[in-house]
Amino acid sequence: MAAHDLITGQCRWMEGSGPHAEIVITSRVRLARNLAGRPFPHLLDDKGKQGVLAAVASAAGAGAVAQRYGKLTAIQVSELPALDRQILVEKHLISPQHAQPGGGKALLVNGDGSIGIMVNEEDHLRIQCLLPALQLHEAWRTATGVDDALEETLDYAFDEKHGFLTACPTNVGTGLRASVMVHLPGLVMTKQIGRVLSALSQVGLAVRGFYGEGTEAVGNLFQVSNQITLGQGEEEILGNLSAVVKQIIDQERSAREALVREARVQLADRVGRAYGTLQNAHILNSQEALALMSELRLGLDLKLVKGVDTRVLNELLVAIQPASLQGAAGREMQPFERDVHRAQVVRNRLVTIQS
Amino acid sequence: MVCQECKQKPASVHITQIINNDKTKISLCEDCARAYQHQLGFNFEPNFSIHKFLANLLDHEPVVGKPARASGEQCPQCGLTYSQFGQLGRLGCDRCYQVFAGRLEPLLRRIHGGFAHGGKVPRRTGGAIRVKQELRRLKAELQQLVAQEEFERAAKVRDTIRQLEQQLQA
Ligand SMILES: [Zn+2]
Ligand SMILES: [Zn+2]
Repeated sequence: MAAHDLITGQCRWMEGSGPHAEIVITSRVRLARNLAGRPFPHLLDDKGKQGVLAAVASAAGAGAVAQRYGKLTAIQVSELPALDRQILVEKHLISPQHAQPGGGKALLVNGDGSIGIMVNEEDHLRIQCLLPALQLHEAWRTATGVDDALEETLDYAFDEKHGFLTACPTNVGTGLRASVMVHLPGLVMTKQIGRVLSALSQVGLAVRGFYGEGTEAVGNLFQVSNQITLGQGEEEILGNLSAVVKQIIDQERSAREALVREARVQLADRVGRAYGTLQNAHILNSQEALALMSELRLGLDLKLVKGVDTRVLNELLVAIQPASLQGAAGREMQPFERDVHRAQVVRNRLVTIQS
Repeated sequence: MVCQECKQKPASVHITQIINNDKTKISLCEDCARAYQHQLGFNFEPNFSIHKFLANLLDHEPVVGKPARASGEQCPQCGLTYSQFGQLGRLGCDRCYQVFAGRLEPLLRRIHGGFAHGGKVPRRTGGAIRVKQELRRLKAELQQLVAQEEFERAAKVRDTIRQLEQQLQA
């Protein structure tokens, strides 16, 4: 698999099926790890970073990882054009920080993008497992398994008191950041979202908008993740997050039910208009597209419309992003041109699968 | 209120985080908030000027232990000084955690609420640490069993503890 396939191909998380897929888009587990006895990436020169990459690549190529998790392909992120780096960000395969210019950055990744290791991001290694729907424990099992397999040949920076040592003290300990992306149109429409989100911050969880242009979470997508990495065990962190996410799912579900019960016609009208606009618009900015896609996604769950696969909506989430649009078109575009092109991409996808 | 990031435009976005009753508030203007969101939006990762934010925390951190002289506290492995850590918000290498341990402690408490690792230990290199972790867990269990007067089970746990302690000394 070349970098090109990864940039143009689809990812596992886009499948859109699994537990609570009607509300949970993705589950992600990320482990921050560093090699013992070497400066962290921000203090390494190019040669030092290449040394880290060589060590990690050889550990990843060694028996255990490949045997259990398949072959990981090394992509020299630093050598990709800026647009391609940004596409990897839009697909959630690397972080925005990893797409910044600068040498020595790499990504080791499996064929469907569900397992990735960012090398020389803020830490020497960021092991990531990204799955569709609510599969936090599955994601954890995979990430920790990859971690164990790498550790068979790598010496990690670890001490008894602080756990896994990371460049930023906010990650030290387990080095674990688990996050769940949820779609909460019901809680937004019923104006309960503020209450829910502020309750989350009180139990040590962080909430972010996913497609954050502006301060509102565009497209009603929210990302919930743990803040604390030191003191608690991994199972405890994941258990807390899972429990909270399940509560959010319940609340979103009852909000959706209430909407259908109290305002079925208004809701059906709104969903129908959203679908109609997406199928017929010739200019769509990304904010509008995400908002309409959110309503369509809600309408599909509530069976107010049919004929669109969740997978298509997930693919579109990425396809309408600026770099992905320009990458697919093979050229750079001005904002207005992008809006026109975005509308065309959406029209094509939603028309061809219409029943 | 003025934006804490650019210190120019009025702040309209307020982010509050509460961890173990420690409340942290950040107020930003819309542009900075957008930059912030943009910065993390896709990664689902709370990395927002976290380094700057940490640097701010450090300013208010009471100095623990003896005050560092300008030339004093420096990591022998990577050369980072504590004041550089304050500016960068990042440590330089694994040794830094030992060198600055005393000064990191209040910071780690503040970020995480605790400061002793309670999670995974590396399989290959962490042998003794894993045993110690297991011992801590068993000793807590033993106390609980004794309190509940479950003496038979307590005796079994005590045997396991002895075994592990011998293993550790060997
Ligand atoms: Zn500002
Ligand atoms: Zn150091």
